[in-house]
Amino acid sequence: MTTATGDARRTTRRRFEIKKWLPILGVAGIVLYCLAPFYWMVVTAFRRPADQYDLSPLPRTWSVENFLAVFEPGTGFGRALLNSLIVASTTTILTLIIGTSTAYALARLAFRGKNLVLSLIIATSMFPGISLIVPLLRLFTDIGWINTYQAMILPSLSFALPLAVWNLTMFFRQMPQELEQAAMVDGCTPGQAFRRIIVPLAAPGMFTTAILTFILAWNEFIIALSMVNEQNMQTVTVAISKFTGATQYDQPFGTQMAAGVIVTIPLVIGVLIFQRRIIAGLTSGGLK
Amino acid sequence: MATITYDRATRVYPGSEHPAVDGLDLHIADGEFLVLVGPSGCGKSTSLRMLAGLEDVDSGAIRIGEHDVTGLSPKDRDIAMVFQNYALYPHMSVADNMGFALRMAKTPKPEIEQRVREAAKLLDLEQYLDRKPRALSGGQRQRVAMGRAIVREPQVFLMDEPLSNLDAKLRVSTRSQIAGLQRRLGVSTVYVTHDQVEAMTMGDRVAVLHDGVLQQCASPRELYERPANAFVAGFIGSPPMNLLDCRLDGETVRAGDTALPVSGAVREEAGHGGGSVTIGIRPEDVRVVGPGEEGMSATVDLVEELGSDVYLHCSVPDEGYGVVARAQPRSAPALGESVRLGIRPEAVHAFSAVTGERIAA
Repeated sequence: MTTATGDARRTTRRRFEIKKWLPILGVAGIVLYCLAPFYWMVVTAFRRPADQYDLSPLPRTWSVENFLAVFEPGTGFGRALLNSLIVASTTTILTLIIGTSTAYALARLAFRGKNLVLSLIIATSMFPGISLIVPLLRLFTDIGWINTYQAMILPSLSFALPLAVWNLTMFFRQMPQELEQAAMVDGCTPGQAFRRIIVPLAAPGMFTTAILTFILAWNEFIIALSMVNEQNMQTVTVAISKFTGATQYDQPFGTQMAAGVIVTIPLVIGVLIFQRRIIAGLTSGGLK
Repeated sequence: MATITYDRATRVYPGSEHPAVDGLDLHIADGEFLVLVGPSGCGKSTSLRMLAGLEDVDSGAIRIGEHDVTGLSPKDRDIAMVFQNYALYPHMSVADNMGFALRMAKTPKPEIEQRVREAAKLLDLEQYLDRKPRALSGGQRQRVAMGRAIVREPQVFLMDEPLSNLDAKLRVSTRSQIAGLQRRLGVSTVYVTHDQVEAMTMGDRVAVLHDGVLQQCASPRELYERPANAFVAGFIGSPPMNLLDCRLDGETVRAGDTALPVSGAVREEAGHGGGSVTIGIRPEDVRVVGPGEEGMSATVDLVEELGSDVYLHCSVPDEGYGVVARAQPRSAPALGESVRLGIRPEAVHAFSAVTGERIAA
């Protein structure tokens, strides 16, 4: 009798412990799943080129040969990094400027068909990008934009804007209108109220949008590949795809992985720097 | 310091036919504390926001002092406003919140600092000047919102239900603080509230609005003793005045078996209403009387114990209406008891059964 109760209690406790660990296990599983490809990329990058098909979890011999290969003069990788930086930053800045003003108007102004405009904006983001490549190529060839930055920035902008506008509109809508009204009573024009009160408060939303846009533009591949055929205009994603090995059939996976690591680093740094600004609850405390 | 004039000011929201504020005529004297009160949706906040410049005026005009401000933007009106949710700037410290308007007006820094300090001292906020609003309690935030208005030294204070987010106890103490502060500063103030106790205790005069129309603007005492119509009578006072539909019976109006002598004006007005007239009687003027005395028979449905007073919510089966009566705390009848309610004839108000307007007794 006593043993039976003891057993039952022990089982209950064990069940309780399992329950406690279950969420942690779940989180760990998801994190592992997300990080596994990156782990493999880093590990492969540090193998010797000869070991590139190895399946050992850690490189048998650590080597930076792949990284050196990335920066060999022939690859134009440094220039490609610069190009990517130019395209992604310009896209991000333009997206923020246009997106912020559009979103603010959509969040605050009362006009006919506002919800239709918002739905249309979201609808455009559902367009498969690939379907636009051929018409865009035609257009840009006609106006002489092949091998220019704007040929990469403009399409990226149109892909990034819907998300940015939607994101920021939701963000502005959360902000109580009384804040601007208080500022206007305190002597601001509507423009000043926006700049001095709303923009500082919208900073978390704007940083989030900026990071998402930057990542989107930085990782963009298909347009950059189609609109550019000169090596000194290509972006990193294109440059990586064009790495060649010693022979035609030799795929330089190791070098590509090393390049991948290099390309990911700026994004990781960016997110780490800005995540402090993406804290929610910055707006709390102004009301009641 | 300035007077404020609403001159047939009207606001119609786009897409609505009924004006939110309909031909508001109101003159507020220099240094006066005027309270706009009414049920929600009566247009009181809209009226205030029209004065602030946050709401368009569709017709009519609004003047501050001699200036017609109807078309001016808020920043050019020299007003300060306290919002219901305070609308403090969350990214600025208390001092910056309070000094923001002065910075916008390009006031020299030392002067801003001095004025902020003075206002903070007045409001007991000195030790919080470096804090952000989120690190303050509700009452402190409310005081910062007040401070932001005071620092400005504006022509007019506008307050939109500034106490509605405070708990009951704090509300009562802040109520007297605000009223005292306003009297000290002598700045003309328009104060919006839905709470008639706030209105009665704070205002020099109280303007009652209903459905966008001004019902009556008078001193609290006048409003209580001579309500201009049945709406004001029912709105002011807690619990509200009993409004009874009574029939004219010869020279008198009958309430139960009490014959209330009424004036010729009442008799004439009752003629228009098919012999009906609305009789108003405050709960304190209804008392429990002994059996057989003149009055009406009623049943106690609810006993409201307030400590100093007891209110009896009674139904009068013979007449089909309910009556609230004030009773002495210790001798109050119990729930379900049958009582006899007597009315003091000299305390009776009469209103037209058709228009609800007061009829001279």
